[in-house]
Amino acid sequence: MTAVTTGTAGDRARAPRVVIVTGVSRFLGATVAARIAADPRVRRVIGVDRTDPPAELAPLLRGITLRRVDLTDGAASLVGLGAEALVHLAIMSSPDPAAGGRAAMKDQNVIGTLQLLAACQQMPSLRRLVVRSSTAAYGVSFRDPAVFTEDTEPRDVPRGGYGRDILDIEAYVRGFRRRRADVVTTVLRFAPFIGPQADTALSKFLARPMVPTVLGRDPRLQFIHVDDALEILRRSVLEDHQGTFNVAGPGTLTLSQAVRRSGRIELPVPEPAMHAAASVGRGVAGLSLDQVDLFVHGRVVDTARLVRQYGFTPRSTAAAFDDFVRAQESDAVITPARVAAAEQRLLDMIRSVREKRKVTR
Amino acid sequence: MTRPEIAPDIDDEFDERVAAGLAFLRRRLSGQYEIDEFGFDPELTDQVFQPLLRQLYRRWFRTEVIDVKNLPAEGGALVVGNHSGTIALDALMLTVACHDEHPAHRHLRLLGADLVFRMPFVSELARKSGATLACNPDVERLLTNEELVGVFPEGFKGVGKRFVDRYKLQRFGRGGFVSAALRTRKPIVPVAIVGAEETYPMLGSIKPLARLIGAPYFPVTPTFPWLGPLGLVPLPSKWLIRFGEPIDTEPFADQADDPAVVFNLADQVRETIQSMLHETLDLRPDPFGE
Repeated sequence: MTAVTTGTAGDRARAPRVVIVTGVSRFLGATVAARIAADPRVRRVIGVDRTDPPAELAPLLRGITLRRVDLTDGAASLVGLGAEALVHLAIMSSPDPAAGGRAAMKDQNVIGTLQLLAACQQMPSLRRLVVRSSTAAYGVSFRDPAVFTEDTEPRDVPRGGYGRDILDIEAYVRGFRRRRADVVTTVLRFAPFIGPQADTALSKFLARPMVPTVLGRDPRLQFIHVDDALEILRRSVLEDHQGTFNVAGPGTLTLSQAVRRSGRIELPVPEPAMHAAASVGRGVAGLSLDQVDLFVHGRVVDTARLVRQYGFTPRSTAAAFDDFVRAQESDAVITPARVAAAEQRLLDMIRSVREKRKVTR
Repeated sequence: MTRPEIAPDIDDEFDERVAAGLAFLRRRLSGQYEIDEFGFDPELTDQVFQPLLRQLYRRWFRTEVIDVKNLPAEGGALVVGNHSGTIALDALMLTVACHDEHPAHRHLRLLGADLVFRMPFVSELARKSGATLACNPDVERLLTNEELVGVFPEGFKGVGKRFVDRYKLQRFGRGGFVSAALRTRKPIVPVAIVGAEETYPMLGSIKPLARLIGAPYFPVTPTFPWLGPLGLVPLPSKWLIRFGEPIDTEPFADQADDPAVVFNLADQVRETIQSMLHETLDLRPDPFGE
């Protein structure tokens, strides 16, 4: 799983003429499709999803050929399209209660990827495959090193469904790599996305006024700004970047630090209670075992390989998170301005009391 | 420090302290501070942890340091010490010695067993004070970042040994720490810590209780568990910390994968620390002296 630099810069920049993007009915897929379509060298972008895109994504998807395909039923219909690159983004990081919950999520993630890769194997024109993965691929263990490089093997299987799915997906991609060594395969292990909109399970969770945390644990977190993730995805389609890459904002924030920066209040809960809340039904209060894992162990990855290969440094975790905080400020309980004002008031009060004393003395 | 004699100066100093204290609180409350990728929080360490430990280091243990000049002023180095004292107070005192006594005020990044990182609260205190898991990827990363790394290769065999075995170095395992130093071409600084053995003289261990709480041992000391929480107060022994000459790893750098070379070098480090321990013990005839 080492990064292989292929060819010269000009060779690497050869853009594909036909691109398939899966998962276009969601923000990430639609935006990636739009950015690739904006490149004049790309003739045709085909957007695939099992549902029709919502109306708010329609402006992004102008000029993109849409196809309704449920990948879990097989992806043979994609074989004859002459695609030279395929971006697989139809991977869910949290269950959607309205669309079948965890069972449907697992189906789409694992079976969907299996079927899609089987179809990819049949495409003689395919030159590039880009797969969305996650830093959850490292699993969770107390014997884990503090910082994961791409070569770190997971020690323990995660408890969370998403983490398990990611391990399965990456195993399928490894198999595909063996069978189609001629295809440049890029696996992008993304840290949790963050941006002005709170639209992932984790960012929705962090946007609450009171954020439940695990008592006695203060995990180190990393985020990737959505805009930077989009740029990496765009380059992965338009240029050759063979290998597996961690995609995260450099640096780290602890959960308590993140909660304080966003002016929220921590609500520490003992781990067994947190675990129980996440295991019951669909999970109480939007909690999942993936989050409990993250909130106990934290997760920090090394991004040196990404920066070297792409020549692009994503904005830092702290900067990416601050962008989220600015957009969510109206709901903050404690804002930095309020804390600074309280500090000034206290200082003034102490000084005035002491002044009075001096006068009476 | 000279004591100011006129009132306004005292006022100013007080004002400054209050302002600094409030600014510290504001930064903490609003999360405006930096941590590194291992979770090390330099501000919290310097403002809160170190001042607390310093009291213990200076007043309680009256610690003296010998040959601190052997600690490099910059660049990565692996500090290897003897481990003792039932709970790992020696590691914490060594961080104070490296920070306070050395002109470069270096932060020592400790390596802890996975047990430390399993425990809630303890794990977070460890990370915030700069510690990380004792595993080769972390050690090599810290050394490559030019950090000073502290390791106690005896591990629980060292801290959990009985009082009759005091100042006898236990086995060093396979010497994984040596291969990390070889691979990163960083020197090894041996250190002998005298005094920790007498803080909690361990008479024995209650094995069933240890198994019950999942600990490597359950200590019985002259005061614990008999005196309850009072038994947790360490005995006020006299401490001496001696830094030995750095061992250059450059000549062996290509042999990091040869287990025999690594084992022999680890053994050489062990011998060095053992003889340093004997010499240092002679300097301290009375374990509880001034």
